[in-house]
Amino acid sequence: MKTFKTLIIIFLLLFFNNLFANENSERNEITKNLRCLICQGQSVYDSDSDFANSMKILVDKKLNEGLSDKEIYSYFKEKYGDWILYDPGLNKNTYLLWLLPILIFLFGGAIIVKSFIFKK
Amino acid sequence: MKQKLVPFSIIVIFFVIFVVFYKSLEDTNIYTPEVKINNDIPIFSAERLLSNETLDSKEIFQLDKFYILNIWSSWCAPCRDEHSILMDLSKSNKFIVIGMNYKDNKKNAKSFLDELGNPYEKIIIDKNGTKSIEWGAFGVPETFIIYNNKIIKKYIGPLNQELFLEIQNLTK
Repeated sequence: MKTFKTLIIIFLLLFFNNLFANENSERNEITKNLRCLICQGQSVYDSDSDFANSMKILVDKKLNEGLSDKEIYSYFKEKYGDWILYDPGLNKNTYLLWLLPILIFLFGGAIIVKSFIFKK
Repeated sequence: MKQKLVPFSIIVIFFVIFVVFYKSLEDTNIYTPEVKINNDIPIFSAERLLSNETLDSKEIFQLDKFYILNIWSSWCAPCRDEHSILMDLSKSNKFIVIGMNYKDNKKNAKSFLDELGNPYEKIIIDKNGTKSIEWGAFGVPETFIIYNNKIIKKYIGPLNQELFLEIQNLTK
């Protein structure tokens, strides 16, 4: 009987723990993609600075208001500019960032095709 | 053909790397945020510091005047430095200075104002820092110039004599 009770307690603890984690997961997901602007190389999720803590509260508030993650990102982008997002969109400042890997990939592919296929 | 391709690709790769590094040489590595101007001011309501009423943003910025919103805190040393500038700005009848008290406690905020004077026509409280983020601020001190419900200028960090003159020139 005693082991049964212990098992129930353990089960309940794990169960509620799971619930708690689910509640925060959406917020965590979003704050991981937001840069803490006053920190060095940390996301809002990682940081415990005043700025980051306020951002977390605000993200919670926006989620409660029913905003989707995309709407929250564009909300912060409007306030702070592209820099706040870890995943910047394609624009005139970032085209090199997005196109360079593709160019390198094509260039490497061309070399491989040239040296392996045309050789035969 | 192959003999030419290798040195050619090496030169191209080095050239690209050189351009990227050379471009970033000119950038400072301290991030200065894009100053987003001509944004509409956020809509909010907040508690006042010196009385218990709540204020709507519409009530605060309704007149046809230049508003200066200053985010400050009693624990912030640069705020102490810029306070005399705010006192001077509040004496001009072109401006209405509004304070936003950032993550502070009421007692300290009041004694700060008792000691250095109160330049603010109204002071609203931002207890958890979310209101200043809605404004697009980073921390304290920060100053916004508002006209016609739009942010026309934003200063990060303490105001100084130079910026004081700049702000006065804005109204001309």
